[in-house]
Formats: sequence, C-alpha cells, structure tokens
Amino acid sequence: MRFAAGFVAACCVVGAASGGAVRAQDSIPSSLTGAKGDPVRGRAIVTNRQLGLCLLCHSGPFPEERFQGNLAPDLAGAGKRWSEGQLRLRIVDSSRITPTTIMPAYHRTDGLVRVAPAWRGKPVLNAEQIEDVVAFLTTLKD
Amino acid sequence: MSGRAPHLLAALSVIALAGATFAGEIPMTERRSGYDFLSRETRAMQDDDTANPGMLAVLEGGALWARKTGAAGRACADCHGDAGASMKGVAARYPAFDATLKRPVNLEQRINRCRADRQQAPPLAYESRELLALTAYVARQSRGLPIDVAFGGRTQPFLDNGRAAFYRRQGQLNLACSQCHDDNWGRRLAGNVIPQAHPTGYPVYRLEWQGLGSLQRRLRNCLVGIRAESYEYGAPELVELELFLMWRARGMAIETPGVRP
Ligand code: HEC
Ligand code: HEC
Ligand code: HEC
Repeated sequence: MRFAAGFVAACCVVGAASGGAVRAQDSIPSSLTGAKGDPVRGRAIVTNRQLGLCLLCHSGPFPEERFQGNLAPDLAGAGKRWSEGQLRLRIVDSSRITPTTIMPAYHRTDGLVRVAPAWRGKPVLNAEQIEDVVAFLTTLKD
Repeated sequence: MSGRAPHLLAALSVIALAGATFAGEIPMTERRSGYDFLSRETRAMQDDDTANPGMLAVLEGGALWARKTGAAGRACADCHGDAGASMKGVAARYPAFDATLKRPVNLEQRINRCRADRQQAPPLAYESRELLALTAYVARQSRGLPIDVAFGGRTQPFLDNGRAAFYRRQGQLNLACSQCHDDNWGRRLAGNVIPQAHPTGYPVYRLEWQGLGSLQRRLRNCLVGIRAESYEYGAPELVELELFLMWRARGMAIETPGVRP
C-alpha cells in the first residue's frame, strides 16, 4: 500500500528500458557457471522457504503453496517480461536496478552489515543455484 | 481497541488511493497496535481474561509479588504494597534512565535490580518463568494507560541509537526494521501480516511460542529472520531498540498481556 507507488515507478522505468535496446547495467547476459541451470531444481529453490525465500515476498503459479507473500509482484509471467540476462541481474543483485529495493541480493556478500556468523561471507544462493532459479523463471511465460 | 477495524480499512483504502506516500515514519493517526492485525479469534482470546493464556502468568506474578525471598526476606509487596496503586503506569514509562548505570534499563532489568539490591536474591534469568511472570504482573497494572517514556535530555542519545538501529539495513537479507514495519505494514510476509511493531502487549503470549515471551525475544526473532547477528538478552542495543519502539508508540495503550500469532 504505502510503497505501491514506489514499486510501480521502479518497474516502469526498468520496463521502458527493457522495451528498447537492453542497457548493459540492466542485464547479466552470461551464465555465472558457464552452464545452463536446471528449471526443476530452480522451482524447488523458489518454493523453499529456507533456501529461496521468494514466497516470503512474492506470489506465483504455485498452487500447492498455501502461504505466499504480497510485498512484491507475482512471479507469473516473469519469463515473458524479462530476458534471461535481466532475470539473472534481478536475482544476483536487484539493488543495482533499484537501490532502495527490499529484495535481497542473492549473490553478493559485500556491503552487508551485522550478518549472523552462520551466513557471514556466504551469498544467499550459490552460482549454480542462481542459474537453476534463472532457468526456472524463464519458463514462466504466462 | 476493538472499534478500530473499520477505521483501519478506511485508512488503508485512503492510502491506496493517495498512493504517493513516502517511506518513513508512520503518521501518528495511522498507528495501529499489533492487536488490530489479529484474527477475530485471537482478539477474543486477548480480550477475555479467562481465555487469555497470558493471564496465568499474571496470576503467578501476583503470587511472586507477595512471596518473601532472598537474604533480606522481603517480598515486593512489603515495600511496594498494592501493585494496583504502586505499579500503575510504571511499565508505560520503561525503559527508563537508571542514574547508577547511567543508561536506560527495561522493566525486566528494573525488577531484577530490586531482586538483587532490595531482596538480596540472585537475579532472575531472562525469559525465566518467574521474571516473565513478575514483569507481566507489573505491566498488567498499566493496562489501558498511554505509553509515556521520557525522552530528551539524558535518554536522547540512547533513543537516537535505537532509531538508527531501526532504520539500518542489516543481516544477510539486508533489511531494515523500517522496511517491513514502516513501509510494508499490513501486507503479507508469506502467511504473516506485518504489524507496525508497537510494543504494546509485552510480555506477550505468542501462539507460535506456546508461551509468554519478552519484547527482546520478539526482537531477536526478527533479527534471526533477516539473518542478522543477534544480541544477548539485556544487551544495551536491545534496550535502545525497546526505548525507540516505546517512543514510536507514545500515547498508545498498554495491553499486557497481549496475544500474538
Ligand atoms: C524481501 C522481499 C523479496 C524477496 C525475498 C524476493 N523478492 Fe523478488 N522482488 C521483490 C520486490 C519488492 C520486487 C519489485 C522490484 C523491486 O523493488 O526491486 C521484486 C522483483 C522481482 C522480480 C522482477 C519483477 C517482475 O516483474 O517479475 C523477479 C523476477 C523477482 N523479484 C524474483 C525473485 C525470486 C526468484 C526470489 C527468490 C530467489 C525473490 N524475488 C525474492 C521483493 C523480494
Ligand atoms: C522481513 C520483514 C521484517 C523485518 C525486516 C523485521 N520484522 Fe519485525 N515482524 C515481522 C513480522 C512478519 C512480524 C509478525 C510475526 C507474526 O505475526 O508472528 C513482526 C513482529 C514484530 C514485533 C511484534 C509486534 C507486536 O504486535 O507484538 C516487533 C516489536 C518487531 N517485529 C520489531 C522489529 C524490529 C525492531 C526489527 C529490526 C531489528 C524488525 N522487527 C524487523 C517482520 C519483520
Ligand atoms: C526492600 C524494599 C523493596 C523490595 C523488597 C522491592 N523493591 Fe522495588 N523498589 C524499592 C524502592 C525503594 C524503589 C525506588 C527507588 C530505587 O530506585 O531503588 C523501587 C523501585 C521499583 C521499581 C521501579 C518503579 C518506578 O517507578 O520506576 C519497580 C518496577 C520495582 N521496584 C519492582 C519491584 C519488584 C517486582 C519487587 C519484587 C521482586 C521489588 N520491587 C522489591 C524497594 C523495594
């Protein structure tokens, strides 16, 4: 509610950019591992509340998941709205698009403060997991 | 309290229409206790003293209040008399500045001071049944009274620290308290409605804990949630956060013992 305006504005600026030539900073074109991810594993990560945490904030086409968040856009259609490279950047570090975003940077360890010892120096998801998630998101065409 | 639901809905739709509110502090008129976000069943549980599981602790606290203990052989009641009179409004003023320690102490710490100094008994452990019971009993005497912590002067630097902590992004998930509790209250984090984080009901009976817990326990839960380093119970940083939250909720009514999901 209060932040809805902010979300919409952020999405439209980015959306406009993605309509034309894709800006370099709006995308990470190549795989972090050099290999293609596995969409089946990616789906499992996205719906796992301890691993992907996505459904804390997002909803999506996961009829078996009862409790989904509404702090963020529905993931349905993400693979139509965004290219693979754009999705990769959004998962790796959304703050490179919107500095004030609440979406955690899933593959960054610098610039964080007071991280609990168990997680210190570790990204939320490793490179292989990022690729799995990206591979899954690209399948969300509608 | 109970008449607020229609207001809340009205407020939410106004905000949705107005849209362009900026991130930041919640305007005084839009503040809502966690109570307002409860299901009807949970509200009914809090409202009815015979159904509120926190009342068991209050009763136990009342018994402890009257029991002589420690080397001094004194009961709280020996010095403070009827809690209904002597402890009325006290919880609404805590954390309060402690002249000896030269910093604010919370209600649990204040009670433990009397344990140690006046009763000459060993301090009670944080989250122990006895300390929670005594705290709930003392805080219950403020039910319905407005939160009124002292700020300015010597407490100001501590309040400022608490405020800075509230607005600081932290943990592996890199989230500030404010990003959930100021900017996204009323929305759903998975299955949970995000409340505004007003400390009106503490110690609360939390259904998830199946027991009573302090405000510090709640704060530690949120810190763990964002994968941030936690603080020891009683740490100055947690007391500063408590102080800031109480200031942020100034004027709101104490509900102890609250019930939360
Ligand atoms: C703490 C909340 C939060 C979490 C957790 C989170 N996101 Fe997001 N996400 C957002 C928000 C808010 C946006 C909207 C854009 C912005 O503010 O950055 C967003 C945007 C997105 C977008 C682009 C929006 C669109 O049009 O589809 C994708 C894709 C996305 N997130 C995927 C994920 C995935 C996959 C995960 C889990 C690996 C995840 N998010 C976890 C909050 C979150
Ligand atoms: C990712 C979102 C999020 C962040 C960040 C967060 N919290 Fe919370 N907080 C919640 C949710 C959700 C609940 C309610 C949980 C429930 O319903 O069981 C809650 C509950 C609370 C409550 C209890 C309110 C009541 O009515 O009893 C307090 C106080 C609180 N949080 C303070 C904080 C503080 C202080 C921080 C920063 C250190 C923080 N929270 C960070 C989501 C968050
Ligand atoms: C021997 C007498 C004595 C006993 C026993 C005693 N207290 Fe106290 N208490 C005091 C005095 C005197 C003060 C105020 C002066 C001070 O700061 O110590 C006080 C202050 C307090 C305060 C702060 C009140 C305020 O207005 O800020 C609380 C709360 C309190 N006591 C609770 C308790 C509880 C609970 C017990 C039993 C576990 C207890 N006390 C036992 C003498 C006592």
